[in-house]
Amino acid sequence: MLIDERFEVETPEGAMLSLSLAGPVTRAMAYGIDLTLRLIIFAVLAIVLSLLGKMGIGLLLIIGFALEWFYPTLFEALRHGQTPGKKAMGIAVVHANGSPLSFNGSLIRNLLRTADAFPLFYLLGFVTTLISPRYQRLGDMAANTLVVHIEKTETTRKQHNDPANPPDWPLSAQDQLALLAFHERRDQFSEARQQELAQLAFPELSPQLALQRLRSVTRYLLEGAQ
Amino acid sequence: MKQARFEQQYRPLWDSLEQQLDQLEALRVARKKRLPLDRFVADYRQLCHQLALARERTYSLELQQYLNNLVLRAHRQLYRYNPPLADRIGEFFASGFPGAVRRQWKWHLISALSFILSITLAWALVQQQPEMVYTVVDEAMLSELELMYQPEDSAGGDIHAGREGEDDVLMFGYYIKNNIGIAFRTFAGGLLLGVGAIFVMLFNGSFFGAIAGHLINTGGHEAFFTFVIAHGAPELTAIVLAGGAGLRLGWAIIAPGQWSRLDALRLAARDALPTMYGVFALLLLAAFIEAFWSPRDFDATIKYSVGAACWALLYLYLFFGGRQRGAGKG
Repeated sequence: MLIDERFEVETPEGAMLSLSLAGPVTRAMAYGIDLTLRLIIFAVLAIVLSLLGKMGIGLLLIIGFALEWFYPTLFEALRHGQTPGKKAMGIAVVHANGSPLSFNGSLIRNLLRTADAFPLFYLLGFVTTLISPRYQRLGDMAANTLVVHIEKTETTRKQHNDPANPPDWPLSAQDQLALLAFHERRDQFSEARQQELAQLAFPELSPQLALQRLRSVTRYLLEGAQ
Repeated sequence: MKQARFEQQYRPLWDSLEQQLDQLEALRVARKKRLPLDRFVADYRQLCHQLALARERTYSLELQQYLNNLVLRAHRQLYRYNPPLADRIGEFFASGFPGAVRRQWKWHLISALSFILSITLAWALVQQQPEMVYTVVDEAMLSELELMYQPEDSAGGDIHAGREGEDDVLMFGYYIKNNIGIAFRTFAGGLLLGVGAIFVMLFNGSFFGAIAGHLINTGGHEAFFTFVIAHGAPELTAIVLAGGAGLRLGWAIIAPGQWSRLDALRLAARDALPTMYGVFALLLLAAFIEAFWSPRDFDATIKYSVGAACWALLYLYLFFGGRQRGAGKG
């Protein structure tokens, strides 16, 4: 899970969706990627079309216009709220109720880009993003859209052969979550670090025993007694 | 139920939902590979239920996160709204656009007045004191303009001479990039408390007025007016409408009335958007006329009558287009 602002939406089915909002830096980087991409497309086309003389320049002006104004809208409307830059950064635009971005929504937020870019380098947009509790720039506010992280998580976890023992203390929901999170991240820590962390829970035990104890309780939580 | 059994039991459902989602999210899927989607909605409901269970029973965060993301993806597909495009475009031009303009007539009127007043003022000033033109245009640009709109009988390059098809395409591209860009920026500028929109109207108005006044002083007015009259109808109208739409946004922030400022802004943007689609269409039309008709060398009477017809048709369309008979005031 990312350390970031989360925003909760209730679906008509009564499930709570939790969206993780993308901050200004991620968004600026996505914008940078898109800008580079657009400049490359424009440069390549400029070279090709310059062979066509004045007609080519006319076409180039039209393409430049389309790249400036419609590149984000077309990608966002057709590719699930993601321009190539946003896709690379793993973020997407959605409506504030979590539903997919409509063409109109995308057009509003992108037409108003000029106001966000005022006076230079997206200064106004940057400031409003920081002030807004949901990281919205002016265009997002008018279109009622959010930029969120698209997370990919896998639940296939490795099997471990720890013995399963029930906890011998009254287990709170917080404890359970902490234990399971510790278990899921066990491959990210060295054995020594795990022992060190485990000892925080059982200061009276040796590091090895403390870790064993935690693991056996976790196994019990996951699969029950054998 | 322990988490491991829970996962084991519902894993097939999640896998099948993921496959269905992959298919729904792809732009195009080969017919042979298509899965039946008739269970999608039922599966999605079950998934929502399982997410709620996983949270209630405090299964691991990772599992909760996985289910949450799956619900999110399915929710996106289920609530996607995609009516047929062609019908909507037809209806938009038949009634949506003129209706949207009439609903916001106050803002368009203010925008038009600020534009027309600044034209008149600049025009009158330049007529009275010809040197006033230099306050809005610099000398180099002015001599270029004078050359462009030289009286027909004098020697030298006027706009009609030596233009070929290639130049028309070049200018078409230029008008699109320039004019539509200005209109979009005017709209966005309105968000800055309306100041941006009003500024564009005043600036362009006085520019246009000063040039017109100056060309009358120097005798180039016939070349100028025969050139601008036809495409001026959609072009100037579109700029005024973009200004009006922008003012509507700005006013929503200044005086939101019974709404919160955020809600007022959302409503204003939703109301103004049809106008902006129309502005885009009008400016495409204007660029087309400006590049391919306006530079053609016809008799002044023909140019003026075609131009007058453009203005009349456009305003008949905006005032009466899509009105329902007996529906009362629009």
